[in-house]
Amino acid sequence: MVRDRDNDEWIKSLEAQGPVRESALADLRELLFVGLKSSLKSRSDYVETMLDDFLQDSLIRILQALDQFQNRSRFITWATSIAIRVAMTELRKRRWRDVSLEKLVADSNFDPVSDVEGDTFPERRELVETMYRVINTQLTDKQRTVLLAEIKGMAQEEIAGQLGCTRNALYKLSHDARIRLKQELVRAGYDSQSFAVAFNG
Amino acid sequence: MSVTGDEIQQLLDVVRDTQAVEIDCDVCLMQVGEFAEDRLAGKLIAEGLKAIEQHLLICPECREEFEALCQAMNALEKPELAGLPGAKDEERKG
Ligand SMILES: [Zn+2]
Repeated sequence: MVRDRDNDEWIKSLEAQGPVRESALADLRELLFVGLKSSLKSRSDYVETMLDDFLQDSLIRILQALDQFQNRSRFITWATSIAIRVAMTELRKRRWRDVSLEKLVADSNFDPVSDVEGDTFPERRELVETMYRVINTQLTDKQRTVLLAEIKGMAQEEIAGQLGCTRNALYKLSHDARIRLKQELVRAGYDSQSFAVAFNG
Repeated sequence: MSVTGDEIQQLLDVVRDTQAVEIDCDVCLMQVGEFAEDRLAGKLIAEGLKAIEQHLLICPECREEFEALCQAMNALEKPELAGLPGAKDEERKG
């Protein structure tokens, strides 16, 4: 029977050798199987034949990261979060690998004329025009590209890969762009409330 | 292809929730389990987990993974419903 363990026992068993480790690995695999299967089953880009590979890659990642487990949650929760990261990263990679970032950016841009010119709400039009002005005049080309790719839903891993930068560098590009946008919108007199109601209201 | 109203709103939401100091996706991954357990237990968000909450607001990928984690944790609470072989064996034995 598959059994969960307390955190110490998981770590000790997975760091052990021989049958203790084998048994812990088998149980961990079964529990990850349950968690992954239930969290992926409703996705249209998932087919069950992928599950074995996801489980295999997840076990490797979890064993590599054992020393990073901080004992702040149940071990199985932590391990499942890693398995989900492994599976989702792969699914996103498959979905986006044939999409060219260059083409995505060439095909779309922050153009207030096409996006909000016909908008019947003047306040909303002004907000978007202000935001686009900041994007088009105060951000770098790379920052603009990242913002656009992110709102189009492109996978972070794929954006970084096609820009030839690390995930950390990508994060910095995006963060700097968001900070700049926020500062300039606040300077132009907008507050959190006006951001929230623009298109939701 | 222009930017849609939904995408503009998404950008505005992310800009609104942007903070000067943020954590990245790797830090989020190491702590999201604790955050998910607290959320599912209905606990208030601890001060030390506020950065996770903020990251989930601005990062759609981590948010998607967090939602998947909550789903997985629910399934693990009732393994017999999720088709865990061991649980089924127990059921059959019972
Ligand atoms: Zn993230």
